[in-house]
Amino acid sequence: MSGQTWTPSERELERRGVRRRQRTRRILLASGLTVLVFVVLVLGVRGTPGWPRVRETFFDSFHARESFDAILHGFWINVKLFLICQPLILVAGLAIALARKARSPWLVPVRALAVLYTDVVRGVPTILLIVLFAFGMPALDLQGLPIDPLFWCGVALVVSYSAYVAEVFRAGIDSIHPSQVQSAAALGLSRGQAMRFVVVPQAVRRVVPPLLNDFVSLQKDTALVSAAGALDALFAARNYANFNFNYTPIVVVAAFFVVITIPLARWCDWLQRRWMERERAGAL
Amino acid sequence: MTTTRSSPLLEVTDLRKTYGERVVLDDVSLTVQRHDVVCLIGSSGSGKSTLLRCLNLLEQVDDGVIRLDGEEITDPGVDPGEVRKRIGMAFQAYNLFPHLSVLANCTLAPVRVHGTPRGEAEQRARELLAQFGLEEHVDKHPDRLSGGQQQRVALVRALCTQPELLLLDEITAALDPELVGDVLTIVRDLAERGTTMVLATHEMGFAREVASTVCFLDGGRILEQGPPAQLLVEPREERTRQFLRRVLPPQG
Repeated sequence: MSGQTWTPSERELERRGVRRRQRTRRILLASGLTVLVFVVLVLGVRGTPGWPRVRETFFDSFHARESFDAILHGFWINVKLFLICQPLILVAGLAIALARKARSPWLVPVRALAVLYTDVVRGVPTILLIVLFAFGMPALDLQGLPIDPLFWCGVALVVSYSAYVAEVFRAGIDSIHPSQVQSAAALGLSRGQAMRFVVVPQAVRRVVPPLLNDFVSLQKDTALVSAAGALDALFAARNYANFNFNYTPIVVVAAFFVVITIPLARWCDWLQRRWMERERAGAL
Repeated sequence: MTTTRSSPLLEVTDLRKTYGERVVLDDVSLTVQRHDVVCLIGSSGSGKSTLLRCLNLLEQVDDGVIRLDGEEITDPGVDPGEVRKRIGMAFQAYNLFPHLSVLANCTLAPVRVHGTPRGEAEQRARELLAQFGLEEHVDKHPDRLSGGQQQRVALVRALCTQPELLLLDEITAALDPELVGDVLTIVRDLAERGTTMVLATHEMGFAREVASTVCFLDGGRILEQGPPAQLLVEPREERTRQFLRRVLPPQG
């Protein structure tokens, strides 16, 4: 109404000043503390007696440059593997979760299979799955299926991670209050429709952080394929390290993985904030 | 009762609150003496809830001053936790904690915030719950209760900390008429015992009965305020008359 004519009172201006000063103080404190912590960490590490030798074997810039190209080349395999597996895992995970939530008598065998699947797969270490799939599947001599170990490594990752992701989705679905299902039912939506249009969309939003957790973990676990002889970044790094008696390439690989996980984390944060702003506007 | 009557319990001057471009509260001034029951009336979106939320600092005001017992609580140096310790609040949607039993809902703040020994807090909560006819539900979880029961629990939860001021935000709006009666009886009881309250309500009959002051809010302003006998019967402003014609049942 009088939005244009309003001018802040003395007291409000004073308060804004105080708030500004409080904010500055907080920012200064935060930055100061952060710098201090890092300085202490760096000094602490550099002060250890074995540091010069560790620096030589793990942080040598010459070896880092020398191995960089081979690692970059191998890393492309990790990225491809990740990009292909991730959507497949999301779909498979959600399907398994939904199978476990299904209530139709027709789907009881599917449900039982889903339970068995998650229980067994989660119990087997991922690296074993990879070795089993990469060496075992081609040995079956199945017609029409590739024998490329990389392909089977990918399948193993999808199998392993879809079990974890299914449980994350299931937890998300369980966390939606039954009143949501009821109000969907009251509108005449079938159980399946209620799941699809009401429950799952809310559940997915809720489980983004744990999903991200699993995907960061997946990105790193793509390095396990080197155990099956796939020529990925870790394979290249180990190759180089074994020839030159220097482990710097391993650190380079680590840096590669960190660099690709950070943008993913920021993107998820952004996505969540956007949902939150839209759906919880002005909420208590 | 209290020794100094010099400063009112709550004093709001020229309060302003905006969300972006939208002015939600504009130049709101209000004085609440001890034992007053102030009813805020007005249509949805008139700023009643926002005003209540500003009073216990759930919202940061954009201008104006709120004093509690003579002390400015809108000062940036004030710890909101300390202010809220003295103020109780109940919400339209109850907002009980679904993972805690009724008793645990009621003892959370006394034990964790006020440092009351658990035994004492539980005893007090049980007494209050019994007073409000909830003794058989003490160990249940909120979702098991009806709306009216939940809202009574929410009131008990707000009262368990023995607040000096009680803020009630349309606490009967989500209830059916029968349950409204239950909850209002409790509020009437509290009013008679001298509890200071500010409440937003759509129950005009109730406001007429218990309010010491009625404020009519319109477009974020207090258009007029006065004792219920005056404001609800012969309001000065045409806008108030319009509003009352719509909400009051035709007089027989």
